[in-house]
Amino acid sequence: MAEHTLRAGHVAAHFDDAEQQFDAARLGMWTFLATEVLFFGGLFLVYAIYRAAYPEAFAEGSHHLHLVLGAVNTGVLLCSSLSMALAVRAAQTNQRRQLILFLILTILFGAAFLGVKAYEYYEKYHDHLMPLLGLPFVWEGPHADQVRLFYGLYFAMTGFHALHMVIGIGVLLGLLVLSWRGWFSSEYYTPVEMVGLYWHFVDIVWVFLYPLLYLIHGA
Amino acid sequence: MAAIATPHTRTSNYLNADYSWRSWLLTLDHKRIGILYIVSITFFFFLGGLFATLVRLELLTPPADLFAGTTYNKLFSMHGIIMVFFFLVPSIPATLGNFLLPLMIGARDLAFPRLNLASWYVLMLGGVFMILAMIGGGVDTGWTFYTPFSTTFSNTNVFYAALAIFIAGFSSIFTGINFIVTVHKMRAPGMTWFRLPLFVWSMYATSLIMVLGTPVLAITLVLVALERILGIGIFDPSIGGDAVLFQHLFWFYSHPAVYIMVLPGMAVVSEVIAAFARRPIFGYKFVAFSSLAIAIIGFLVWGHHMFVSSQSMYASLVFSLLSYLVAIPSAIKVFNWTATLYKGSIRWQTPMLYAMGFLGLFVIGGLTGLFLAALPVDVHVHDTYFVVAHFHYIMVGGTIMAYLGGIHYWWPKISGRMYSEWLGKLSAVVIFLGFNLTFFPQFIAGYMGMPRRYAAYVPEFQVLNVLSTAGASILAVGYLMPLVYLLWSLRYGPLAPPNPWEATGLEWETSSPPPPHNFAKTPVVTRGPYAYTPEDVHTFVPQGELRG
Repeated sequence: MAEHTLRAGHVAAHFDDAEQQFDAARLGMWTFLATEVLFFGGLFLVYAIYRAAYPEAFAEGSHHLHLVLGAVNTGVLLCSSLSMALAVRAAQTNQRRQLILFLILTILFGAAFLGVKAYEYYEKYHDHLMPLLGLPFVWEGPHADQVRLFYGLYFAMTGFHALHMVIGIGVLLGLLVLSWRGWFSSEYYTPVEMVGLYWHFVDIVWVFLYPLLYLIHGA
Repeated sequence: MAAIATPHTRTSNYLNADYSWRSWLLTLDHKRIGILYIVSITFFFFLGGLFATLVRLELLTPPADLFAGTTYNKLFSMHGIIMVFFFLVPSIPATLGNFLLPLMIGARDLAFPRLNLASWYVLMLGGVFMILAMIGGGVDTGWTFYTPFSTTFSNTNVFYAALAIFIAGFSSIFTGINFIVTVHKMRAPGMTWFRLPLFVWSMYATSLIMVLGTPVLAITLVLVALERILGIGIFDPSIGGDAVLFQHLFWFYSHPAVYIMVLPGMAVVSEVIAAFARRPIFGYKFVAFSSLAIAIIGFLVWGHHMFVSSQSMYASLVFSLLSYLVAIPSAIKVFNWTATLYKGSIRWQTPMLYAMGFLGLFVIGGLTGLFLAALPVDVHVHDTYFVVAHFHYIMVGGTIMAYLGGIHYWWPKISGRMYSEWLGKLSAVVIFLGFNLTFFPQFIAGYMGMPRRYAAYVPEFQVLNVLSTAGASILAVGYLMPLVYLLWSLRYGPLAPPNPWEATGLEWETSSPPPPHNFAKTPVVTRGPYAYTPEDVHTFVPQGELRG
């Protein structure tokens, strides 16, 4: 059986050298992200179809999303991407303390995003705009059914995004422990870079979600 | 360098490296993981077959006397779900692909051995949920989970079944990623893209479909599950949702999924035909690129499942045309196989009989596919047994023939033992005859108008259904035979030499069964994969040389 020792030389037995191993990991991660694009792609397709079918209803529904909170969250998430990128750089340049610092910062930004999101969800619940689990959906105005569809999509899309954030934070916590134990160096930082790619991907999804869900009243 | 008669000494190999349960359940060796898959999907195959048997028994007589209504719906649903998602989709890629891909390109393992093991556990987890859904009362939606029935009206365990398939889908995705990265990054020195065996090309094309299609199925089934549990309403027409949207998303995966099932079958057939006709495969590059062409065009034809679903006529026309296009790369393969056979020195051994069986069934299935791609004919035979017969010919006839052919071809490599050639040939013939007797009458019944998914039918169709059920019982015997004699050979079969078929692939360069790290020395590849000479049947040039 192939013994996968990460610390001694960092090259698993079935690879010829570190470069092949790193290339394989990077190609694997990009391929995985391609599958993620298609996963969200299904949702974006559904959104696009209903947005085109019911433009007024979607604009109406979007009015009740909290524009400022969404904007704040976008900012928070972009900051987390920056700190993640800096964490990768710190790993590449052997700066263990900086690596730990930036990972913590990324986790905090991510947690802040989820906190704001949770508050937004609560607000929607409070305003009876959460058409889930048989909760009452109250809408004063035209197109009540289609607005309900908008909110269904809103919760599905942001919910999956939030789930990806939760997983990302979990993985980041694991990285933090490994960084603390001094696993990463300029010789071997593949996991940090791979998690970085994942984290940036999740951020990019939000960069599309924010305008689609929050900023469409112009229609 | 014809068949080297090695002394049958048992050196260290992947099977005897360790015997503990732990060493199997925590193994990172792609060959052992392939075995884990073989064992588990064999279980799923016979479980799905059990449901098929019950369905066929019910259809023996016109009235719904054995099972009726929801029970019958559950039987064919469970049959379809288990066979498609837990047998056909993982069949060749997860078993033979896992076992052979690294061997064929001269690698020590797949790029991500842990991910590979995880993908098996993920499939098992999906299987557990499936069996829970089954024990908890089953599912009656059919394997297609059409909305709004599945989201709103069905009182069965749709949630668990959808979850099971969602989870099993990750197994596909992981395997696909692993194969793609392995083919790109782990090839031995000298193994250029156009020296890859055609099996590897097909696995690569299959992996592309798995990676690009499965996530869409995943999100679709998650939406169905969420709609049931949370009531999101995306497929709910009462609030403006669209039930037909589900079909678009579902078939965007599930049509390409047919090629996930049949492309690997074509892969096996390419290898077997070259080796047993003793000829270089005709038009190697055409066969290789036709796999990619099938993979790509396969994504553009999903609408032919929706000709009668209120889809616009113009969309139907386009989908009809695109569906015809898939016939081109498929036909290229069939013509190239035929041309390879032409003037070959054919050896009629078990794998070859299976490969010929594949050709016969695939051609019938493929040609009837053209009927279904034709818009007016499809409207006539839509949701009849004609469709059932067609997709069974392709998915079951094609895929299982090739799967069994591949298992027989590589059995000496996998197990290190030879099986009874006589029984092997007999099983291939029994399966071929049983299969045709089962499904050919269904073309006629379907064309005459017998609808699918009904427990009762008008008495005019009884003769055809009796024939079909009789065929199914022959087929069942045919499927049980390899199970028996292959297991028998594990203990009593003669030891296999490294290259019993005098084949050229790299996998035959290493011992049978292979050592844990595949090759004693890294092979260096200097020529293409099919250097056979039909004039002298025992002459062939191995693909790789083992160097330090």
